[in-house]
Amino acid sequence: MLAYIARRAVLAILTMAAISVFAFIIIQLPPGDFVDAYIANLSASGSSVSMEEAKSLRALYGLDQPIYVQYMKWMSRVLVGDFGESMEWHRPVAEVIGDRLWLTIVLSLSALLLTWGIALPIGIYSAVRQYSALDYLFTSISFIGLAVPNFLLALVIMYFSFVLFGANVGGLFSSEFDLAPWSVAKVWDLVKHLPLPAVILALAGTAQLIRIMRANLLDELRKPYVVTARAKGMPEARVIWKYPVRAALNPFASTIAYLFPYLVSGSIIISLVLSLPTVGPLLLKALIAQDMFLAGTIVLLLGVMTVIGTFISDLVLMWVDPRIRFQMD
Amino acid sequence: MPQTPMVDHPDHEAGRSPSATSPLLSVRGLKTYFKLDEGIVRAVDGVSFDLFAGRTLGIVGESGCGKSISARSILGIVDRPGKIEGGEIWLQQESEDSPAIDLLQLPHEGAEMRAIRGKEIALVFQEPMASFSHYYTIGNQIMEAILLHSTASDAAARARAIELLGMVGVPNPERRVDEYPFQLSGGLRQRVMMAMALACDPRILIADEPTTALDVTTQAQVLNLLQRIQKERGLSVILITHDMGVVAEMADDVVVMYLGRAVEKGPVDEIFHDPKHPYTQALLRSIPSIMAKPRTKLATIEGSIPHPFARPSGCPFHPRCPDAIKGLCDVTEPPTHALRPDRAVSCFLYGDAS
Amino acid sequence: MSSGSISTPKPTQTAEDRFAVATQWQLTWWRFRKHKLAVASGIIVIAFYVIVVLADFLAYADPHATDSKRSHIPPQDIHFFDNGVFKPYVYGLTQKRDLRTFKLSYQPSLDRKVYLAFYTEGYSYNFLGLFPSNKHLVGLVDARPEDGIFILGTDLVGRDLWSRIMVATRISLTIGLAGVTVSLFLGILLGGMSAVYGGIVDTVIQRVIEILRSMPTIPLWMGLAAALPNSWSVIQVYFAITIIISFLGWTDLARVVRGKFLALRSEDFVTAAELAGASQYRIIFTHMLPSFLSHIIAATSLALPAMIISETSLSFLGLGLRPPAISWGILLQDAQNIETLALAPWLLTAAVPVILVILAFNFLGDGLRDAADPYG
Ligand SMILES: Nc1ncnc2c1ncn2[C@@H]1O[C@H](COP(=O)(O)OP(=O)(O)OP(=O)(O)O)[C@@H](O)[C@H]1O
Ligand code: SF4
Ligand SMILES: [Mg+2]
Repeated sequence: MLAYIARRAVLAILTMAAISVFAFIIIQLPPGDFVDAYIANLSASGSSVSMEEAKSLRALYGLDQPIYVQYMKWMSRVLVGDFGESMEWHRPVAEVIGDRLWLTIVLSLSALLLTWGIALPIGIYSAVRQYSALDYLFTSISFIGLAVPNFLLALVIMYFSFVLFGANVGGLFSSEFDLAPWSVAKVWDLVKHLPLPAVILALAGTAQLIRIMRANLLDELRKPYVVTARAKGMPEARVIWKYPVRAALNPFASTIAYLFPYLVSGSIIISLVLSLPTVGPLLLKALIAQDMFLAGTIVLLLGVMTVIGTFISDLVLMWVDPRIRFQMD
Repeated sequence: MPQTPMVDHPDHEAGRSPSATSPLLSVRGLKTYFKLDEGIVRAVDGVSFDLFAGRTLGIVGESGCGKSISARSILGIVDRPGKIEGGEIWLQQESEDSPAIDLLQLPHEGAEMRAIRGKEIALVFQEPMASFSHYYTIGNQIMEAILLHSTASDAAARARAIELLGMVGVPNPERRVDEYPFQLSGGLRQRVMMAMALACDPRILIADEPTTALDVTTQAQVLNLLQRIQKERGLSVILITHDMGVVAEMADDVVVMYLGRAVEKGPVDEIFHDPKHPYTQALLRSIPSIMAKPRTKLATIEGSIPHPFARPSGCPFHPRCPDAIKGLCDVTEPPTHALRPDRAVSCFLYGDAS
Repeated sequence: MSSGSISTPKPTQTAEDRFAVATQWQLTWWRFRKHKLAVASGIIVIAFYVIVVLADFLAYADPHATDSKRSHIPPQDIHFFDNGVFKPYVYGLTQKRDLRTFKLSYQPSLDRKVYLAFYTEGYSYNFLGLFPSNKHLVGLVDARPEDGIFILGTDLVGRDLWSRIMVATRISLTIGLAGVTVSLFLGILLGGMSAVYGGIVDTVIQRVIEILRSMPTIPLWMGLAAALPNSWSVIQVYFAITIIISFLGWTDLARVVRGKFLALRSEDFVTAAELAGASQYRIIFTHMLPSFLSHIIAATSLALPAMIISETSLSFLGLGLRPPAISWGILLQDAQNIETLALAPWLLTAAVPVILVILAFNFLGDGLRDAADPYG
């Protein structure tokens, strides 16, 4: 068991390291270094930077040193929570991101819970009542869910709510709470706005999970231990709930590991369509404006967040699967 | 001729029986079919046999001849798309005076039928690994059987589970009871399986190839255990196997199955010393295979088993039968011919037809 | 069938001779034919690739030509019968000035019929990029310059949506194909290496796959795509985007390849070939590859929709292909904001081919997978 946790932890750390390299590459990719961009940015707004200043800035960020030294410097600052300065906003990156990261997490997590909550019962039903009318219905719906990219779904829903209700369904807050400090009322407002984007975000994942759950359960239903349970004289419904459903839950639990990155990804793009105050629109703006510290930080934080989510899902899996608990040591 | 006429049909309704005591379990003309897109698989196609109290009935036959499906049909737990299409399964009730009941007349999912599963008739499976769920301890799975059929408390059920584990020879039962199936060896698992089957003191134990998945020494141990338990408890056992050696050692009576039919029946000595049906004779010629690796199929018989969708016309064995009579065996199905009340064979070489 | 206690006897020669002599490919094909939905999807996929080839021929208006007076013309009815005779026509357009905004625009005038003709001449293009042509499936006869066909309407700058969808299909579907080819190459190479060499190579590749899979793809893609220099040509961007989307897309294929490699390696004929002294590479290429090609095809057709969605999403965000390139994502970008959408809802029709193609590939892939491996 400890060996299992250790292996997973090492993998999580490696993944984070890989992500930090990607983030760093993204920061480095645009032509010229960031001081050039900074100077261009400043001169666009009328002020200018002297050669001296430029030089000292370069020295500060280690831009005159080899690339791996720059990476190490950047990392050592990131590790203490200093993500650099946003060029566009002229404020520290951490401040610019602010609540948006948490809102991204909240949105992705609610979509995850929703995905599970919908997919589990439907998947079980579809497997147990294979080829029933409802099974066909759910199967068709899940195919459509698979085929409609969620930003398209968001567009369509936006359009219809606009046409039918004349309301803009975007956003996570009503306008009066947009800039207000956190309060119970604001949280409640968030709770009221969350379902629609969460459903849109969850749909594709739900469709996938229904198919996974159905297939797993169909597999499990044919296994000999189900016959054993029946042969004991257990009522059919209890047989199904106690044994095959329990077994099918396991691969289901492990889907969290790729569902979560997928949802985080999706949240970026639907946030743009629905103008949600997550990191999505910020990332796009930063990338277009080549505000690289901001963009790189967002990529890094999103990556780290998914890695942590995946790691937690590994622990959950270990907790629910006795084979992992007992066989590793 | 769709159905084999039963010459030795005991008339239960009239309360008569072919031998001195009436059978504990009597299967008559059982048919279980799988209706698939590709066609109908007649997994069990008119099988009849009797199990007498305290005795062991061996069912032998090549892989796929319908042994396991027969066993599941008795308990009414055939998986979709399988369905019992006909026949009778008479179970003698606990008290001698009450009439036998036909299990096929009981609703499959009804409480009566469930009360018989596990309580009256228990099943031990071919694969001890796959027959347990890996998500519950063996104690949990044994206790479940006890709790289903009695009003015992959890603590009492647990104590009983530990007792059962000790009885089937599991060392350290107090500790093992909390272990998971994957923590046990194959032989131990089969013992636990047996403990689970015996949990409610059933009258009939159906053991479906209980030793096939085990190595030779463990096989012997498990068979010894089975014999011991049968003696101690006066169990009636249906032992399904494709190993003639196991049959010789364990069974009192034998049913030889081929493609969903019982082609020959009789006491074990007679089957071995005077096999009538050409298929039985072929099976016996393949006996040295008990010394070979476990899981060896009876491959020494000429030809191979027909595809389940393509059952041969006439006698199902005729494409492989050395004695087949042209123009008869490949056209007409041989009737079951009773040589004696406890001895029957379906083959044109015997009875009036020859 | 997973239950070991149920063993189906092998079909014998007598059972069905047709099956006994059938090759692996024939068997797969027979099983595939039974999936009606998969077959229908296959036909749809083929139809889409026909559009890829004939895009310019099927378009009737230059997809790049803008005309401020044709801004946001709604889809127009095509009338097929004129006085009971099959003679398709549309109504001509007349110039009008909006009295409030003072903008000039075209409005259909119901008193003037303009007839359609088939296989007519229109804007010039290069068929398959090679042969100059100006033939189009439909066109107008005796039309005034302002007349036009607008099956699906026009966008803000007056470009015809139908023609743009046709041309966009070409880009979106080929980029998917190119992306899947690169992924396939990486997947077979790395998955194969993983299986063949095993040991440390396997461990490293498997860990890399796990790491890549646990990353949120869209932000990474966005970051990489945003770095493509503005000065790059359409072709350069096209290839760069292909590489970016395959960069994370190969992992699934590598897993399939590795799994099948391992499963096949333990099978008899490979052992036999090894015994017969065939070299490792010969074994791989003459025995193993053909036998799991069908699996690869199935996995590929399931990977394609993901590629198409990736490209569409990136272009939709404005980080993928850039105008003047035309792809589904670029078309949908025009429909991004709600005000435009409220004015010109027909712009959403660009979503139809996306959904259709993704569905078709999914069904096709499922059918192929079932046909390749009915028990897996
Ligand atoms: N779920 C199923 N679907 C279709 N056919 C089935 C199914 N289960 C069993 N069969 C068919 O029923 C026949 C009998 O199967 P059964 O499991 O009873 O054989 P068996 O005699 O127990 O063989 P073995 O010695 O291999 O255990 C086989 O031909 C098999 O093809
Ligand atoms: S009936 Fe004919 S074919 Fe069948 S076993 Fe007897 S002799 Fe052989
Ligand atoms: Mg069996």
